[in-house]
Parts: sequence; C-alpha cells; structure tokens
Amino acid sequence: MMKRDECLQLLAARVRDEAIVATYQAAFDWMAIAPRDLNYVSIGAMGLASSHGLGLALGRPDRRVIVLDGDGSLLMNLGALATVAAAAPRNFVHLVCVNGVYEANGSHPLPGAERIDFAAIARGAGLADTGTIDTLEDFAAALPAILEAPGPIFRALRVVAGAPSKQDYAFIHGAATRARFKAAFTASR
Amino acid sequence: MSAPAAPRGQALIAALREARIEFVVALPDIVTSDGLLWPLSRDPGFQLVRVCKEDEGVAICAGLAFAGRRAVLLIQQTGLLDSVNALRAVGVEYEQPVAMIVGLQGKEPGIPPTRSAKLSVRIVEPILDAMGVAHVLVETRADEALVAPALDAAYATSRPVCVLLGASPTAPETMSPEVLP
Repeated sequence: MMKRDECLQLLAARVRDEAIVATYQAAFDWMAIAPRDLNYVSIGAMGLASSHGLGLALGRPDRRVIVLDGDGSLLMNLGALATVAAAAPRNFVHLVCVNGVYEANGSHPLPGAERIDFAAIARGAGLADTGTIDTLEDFAAALPAILEAPGPIFRALRVVAGAPSKQDYAFIHGAATRARFKAAFTASR
Repeated sequence: MSAPAAPRGQALIAALREARIEFVVALPDIVTSDGLLWPLSRDPGFQLVRVCKEDEGVAICAGLAFAGRRAVLLIQQTGLLDSVNALRAVGVEYEQPVAMIVGLQGKEPGIPPTRSAKLSVRIVEPILDAMGVAHVLVETRADEALVAPALDAAYATSRPVCVLLGASPTAPETMSPEVLP
C-alpha cells in the first residue's frame, strides 16, 4: 500500500504538459501537490472522469491525458473501460486510486471492495496494458512508461489516504478553473 | 390525407456537416439506427465513438469541447433520462456545449411529445425545460432545417441543446436520388 499523496508527489515531479484529469479525493490531493492550469478537475458527476479524459484525448491526440480516478467512481461506470478500449487513444492513461472506500462521502466501504481486481476488470474490458501497483518503488519504476509509452494504459494504484487535503469544491466547480484549463489545453505546444 | 414525410437521414447528416460536427458519440437507438447511425458509421467524414452508457457521452462531448472540437451525442430518450445528472452538472452548471440528437422512441406521429401516451416521451420536454436546456422537435421533412442551427447554437452559446427526433429518419437506401438536395 502507498500513501496517495506520496504517490502523487512522485507523479508531480515528472509531469510536464500532460493534462491531468482528477476526481474527488485524488483531485483534492493533486491540486494541493501540483497546482497548474493543465489540471482538469471539473468532472461534475461521479463516474465520468475517464470519459472526460477520453474526450480530451481524442480532441488533442498530440497531448497526453492522465486520468486520476477513484475506485468508487470507476465502479459507477465500468462500461467506460470498454469505451476507452474500443477508441484506443494512444495518448490516454487511466490511473485508479484503489482505497476500497467512498472517501469523499464518509469513507463507507465499496461493495465487495476486498474482492475486486480492477486490473482484471480493465483487461476483461479489452485494455491490453493493465496492472496493479502496490508500492512507491514500483510506481516510481512504472512512471517512465506511464508518461511515455503508447496508450491506452491502465494501472490500479493500491493506496491509503495520506495527509489530509482541503476539499475545495468551490475551486473544482468554478468557471475560472475551467477557463484556465481550456486556455492551457488548447494552446499550441 | 397522408402523414407528412419523415426527415431524411441524409439531410440530417448534411446538417451535421453544416454545423461543423466532427465526432459522433453514440449509443444505438432504434429510432435513428438505419437513417443516421449506420450511415454515420460508414462515413469517413465523422469519427464515431461508441459508448456503453449515455452519460459517458455527455462527458466525452465536454472533453472534446475543451479541446475545441465539435461533437453530437446521438441517443434515445431513455438514455437522456439516464443522463440527467451528467447533463445537469456538465452541460448546465458547467455551461458546456453538449449537442444532442435524441430519438423519441414510441412517440405517436403528429401528437406533441407532452401529450404522448408514453411516459418516457411525455416527460422529456418538461425535464429539459426544468433544466433550462433548449430543445427543438424534428418530426417531418419540413423540420430538417432546424437541425444545423440548433447544433450550432450549442457551441455558439456553450450550452446543451437537444434535437428531439419525433420520427425515424429515412435511410439513404430508401430515398430516390432526385429528392436529395
């Protein structure tokens, strides 16, 4: 198990101009660790992070899109994995923070959390490059491929909560946040 | 008196081009299957993204819009009803251009949707009105001209717009060439 914030700090040290699509607690942690205009945190409705990311990836094939999803969020729309597998964008990475609970909603357990294998689900949905990462060392070793290898890439990150981060819903739902992202994302590289 | 002619699928596809739509995000709907989705799936002028659930499509359209690309979400009214929360959040509250063509499966010809005997048809327009989502009804060939401006308005205003199809568009194979524009 990794602490989620320590895991995201490793990612933050390596990102350049990738669009990071982050949802719920991963978004709050990520915004605290790596505030940047290329953060897309306006998911709006639960379960749609990878779908937002897919639209971004298809719309800008020249930019890498990394989705920081939650396990409860992904369970809400598992079919999205098949949609991504069919569209197969080479610039798409789906990282799912697996902590087994609905952390932003009282930390109640996911149904059957201890028995779910997200990498197996992703593989079964048609994604070829899948896996599970349990340690910071393995995540650090996987980062070059996550940032460079052809996608779509799926990794389940087995995490626990780290240091608490502010749940700034006004920021993630704010029009200015979306405007900054759009300006940064549509800018020429 | 014969019923007014149904809209032509080919004319609706031309409307998509006129509105500069590049992506078709779709979940199959029997209303639009033969007249729109099958022809669009074979048209190299559009990139088709097949989804498993309609609310995925709302978010995909938003993502594409953030990239400056235009899409249409082609679904049935049952899928629209299933996507109300996504449309509320992403389209309405975030003010994103979600351009939709929605087949009204089961709608009776010539009967306004709000007077349909079918509940899933009858509640569509009131729900869209409650959310402040603009909508137009396209049921006959005379309505075809409504489609391109409606789709374009979604992007001009950065808001969701819904084209409600009250009749199955005719498939290209069933039209004689002389009636095409």
